[in-house]
Amino acid sequence: MPNFVIDIAHMLAGGLVLLSFMMLYQDRLYALINVFALHALVLTLSVAWQAYIQNAPHLYVTAAIALVFKTIVIPVALHKIIRRLGIHRDLETALGIGPTMLAGMALVALSMVLMLRVTPEADPLAREDLAFSLSVVLLGLLTMVTRRNAVSQVIGFMSLENGLVLAAAGAKGMPLVVEISVAFSILIAFIVIGVFLFRIRERFDTVDVSALDQFRGERR
Amino acid sequence: MSGLSFLSAVSPVVAVLVVPIVGAAVLALVPDYRISARLNVVVSLLCFANAVALFVVERPATGHLLLVDDLNIVFIVLNTFVGLTTSLFSAGYIAHELEVGRLTPTNLRFYHAMYQVMMFGMNLAFVSGNIGLMWVAIEIATLTTVVMVGIYRTHEALEAAWKYFLLGSVGIAFALFGTILVYMAARPVVGEGGDAMVWVTLVAHAGAFDPALINVAFVFLLLGYGTKVGLAPLHAWLPDAHAEGPTPISAVLSGLLLNVALYAVLRFKILLAANPDAIAPGPLMATMGLVSLIFAAFMLYRRRDIKRMFAYSSIEHMGIIVFAFGMGGPLANFAGLLHMVMHSLTKSGIFYAVGHIAQVKGTQKIADIRGLTETHPALGWGLVAGVVAIAGLPPMGVFMSEFLVVTSTFARQPLLALLLVFGLLVAFGALLLRTTHLAFGEPQGSRAPVQASYLPMYLHFALVFGAGVYLPAPLVAWFQNVAGQLG
Repeated sequence: MPNFVIDIAHMLAGGLVLLSFMMLYQDRLYALINVFALHALVLTLSVAWQAYIQNAPHLYVTAAIALVFKTIVIPVALHKIIRRLGIHRDLETALGIGPTMLAGMALVALSMVLMLRVTPEADPLAREDLAFSLSVVLLGLLTMVTRRNAVSQVIGFMSLENGLVLAAAGAKGMPLVVEISVAFSILIAFIVIGVFLFRIRERFDTVDVSALDQFRGERR
Repeated sequence: MSGLSFLSAVSPVVAVLVVPIVGAAVLALVPDYRISARLNVVVSLLCFANAVALFVVERPATGHLLLVDDLNIVFIVLNTFVGLTTSLFSAGYIAHELEVGRLTPTNLRFYHAMYQVMMFGMNLAFVSGNIGLMWVAIEIATLTTVVMVGIYRTHEALEAAWKYFLLGSVGIAFALFGTILVYMAARPVVGEGGDAMVWVTLVAHAGAFDPALINVAFVFLLLGYGTKVGLAPLHAWLPDAHAEGPTPISAVLSGLLLNVALYAVLRFKILLAANPDAIAPGPLMATMGLVSLIFAAFMLYRRRDIKRMFAYSSIEHMGIIVFAFGMGGPLANFAGLLHMVMHSLTKSGIFYAVGHIAQVKGTQKIADIRGLTETHPALGWGLVAGVVAIAGLPPMGVFMSEFLVVTSTFARQPLLALLLVFGLLVAFGALLLRTTHLAFGEPQGSRAPVQASYLPMYLHFALVFGAGVYLPAPLVAWFQNVAGQLG
C-alpha cells in the first residue's frame, strides 16, 4: 500500500481526535452541535476513504449514514429542539476548561501507549486507526462526564460512537459494520425523539449533580 | 414435543426468536389491555415451550449466526421460564396500575410490545453464535429496558432511565470496542470476514491469537458487559432503574438481564482460557466480584426504599457469582452456574412479592411498611421465605450454591474465603434487620386484600426450595459438564 494512502487515513482519523478536543472547550450549545456536525463530516470522509482503499463497497453505506443522519439530520433536529423547548444555550462544565484539556491529553496519551504497544503485528493502517479511535472514544466519554446538560451528554455519546464506527471501519473485512452503525443510529434517533416527545424540558435544563441527588429516594 | 414449535417448521431455536418478535408486532396493535395481557402470557408460554423443546429435538448444526450448546441451553430455558412467570405477575400488576392511574391503556400497548422485544433481545443474546450479533442483541435488550424504566414518566423515572441509558451506552460502547479487538486478533489467524466473529471458530483457533490484543480486548469486554452486570464501581444505574421502573421490569432486570450480560462475559472467559499466553481472567473477575459483594453488603444497611434494597442485593449476588467464576475450577464454576439460576429464580420471586406489597401499601418506603405477616399472611410469609432464600439460609437452593462457593474458596485461598464470608454475613445482617421490620411488629398501612395471584411468587420459591433439598442427578451431571468447559 503506498504511503500517502495510509497518510490520508491517518490525517482524517487524527482530524477526528482534534475535533473531539474542540468539543471539550465549547461553552455554547449551538457551537457544540456545529462542531459535532463537523466531526460527523470528517468521519464520513474517513469511512469513505477506508471503503475506497479496502475496496469494501459496504462501507460506503456506513459513510452515507454518517453523512445524512449524523452530519445533517441530527444537528438540524437538535437545533430545532433547543429552539422549541427553550433550553439554555450556555453550557455548564463540571471541570474547568484547563483541567479538562489536560485530562483529554492524558487520555490520548494513554490510548496511544496502550494500543500501539499491544498491536505490533497488526498492519500499520489498522494499528494507528485503532489508537486514534480509542482516543475519540475516551474523549467522548470525557465530554459526557464533564457536561451537566443532557443535550451535550447526547452529543458526547454520539462523538464516542463515531470513534467506534471509525474502529469498526478500520478493522479490515469486519462483518456487521453496517448493521452496527444502523443499530447505533436507531439508538440515537430513539433518544433524540424521546427528548422531543416527552418534552422533559426541565430535565434537560438543570441537570446538575445537586438536583440529581434530590431525586434519588435516599435523601428525601 | 417438537410439534410445539409449529410456528416455524425449521427449529425451536428460530422459534424462540420469531415467537416474541411476532408477538410484539401483534401486541402493539391490540388496543384492549385485558386481551393483550393474556396474549402476552400466551406468547411467553409458546416461547417457553419452544425453549424446552430444545432439549428434546436434535440440535441444529452450528451456523454463522446461531448456536445452541450445553452452556446456553439452560439459560434460554431459564430466561423464557422467568419471562413466562413475569408475564403472569405483570397481568395482575398492570391492572392495579391502571386502576390507580399511574399507567394509561396507550402506555400498556407500548409496554406489552416492548416486553416481547426485550424477550427477543435476551433470547437472541443467548442463542447467537457470533460476537457481533450478541452485541447487537444485548443492545436491543438494554434499549427496551431503558424505555420501560422510564414508562411512568415521573421525574424520578426519567432520571433513572437517563442514568441507565448513559451508563448502559458507555458499557455497550466499551463492549463493542472489545468485540472489534477480538476480531482484529482473530483476523490474521482465521482470515477476513464473517468467520472471525463466529464463536466456534474463535474458540478453536484462540490458541494462535495475539495474546496482548485479546488481553486488552477482554479488559474492555469485562468493563463493558460488567457495567450491565452491575459490578461495582460500574453499578450506579442499577438501583435507580430497579426502584423507579414498573416492578415486573425490576424482576426481569435482576432475574434475567444481569444474567445475559454475565453470560457474555463467561463466553469471552472461555475464549481467553483457550489461549495459554493470555492473562488469566480469574484474578480480575474475582477482585471485581469481591469488591461488589462487600460494597453492596454495606450499602444494604442504608436503604430506605424496598426495591432499592433488593437491587443492592442483586449487586451483591452478581458479585458472588463473578467471584465464583473468577476462582474457576470445576467446583467453583459449578457453584457459580447454580447460583446464577438460583438467584434468578429467587430474586424475581422477591420482586413479585415486593410489587404486591408496594401496590397494596401504596408506598415503597421501608419505614412505612410494618407487620406484613399480620395484615397479609400469605404475602408476608412469602416475602420472609424469599429473604430466607436470598440470604442464603438452608434449606433453600441459594444456601447450597453459596456453601459451594465458600468451601471451594477455602480449599484454595483461605484469606479470600474469609473476605467472602465477611461480605455474606454483613449482607445477611442487613436483610434480617429490614425484613423483621417489614414482616413483623405493629401493622401499618392498608389492610386491603391483594387482588392478584400469588402463584408466580410461590412457584419460584418452591423451585428454589426444591433445588435446595434435592437436585436431580441429570441436572447435576449437566452442570458439572458445563463447569468443566468453563475452565
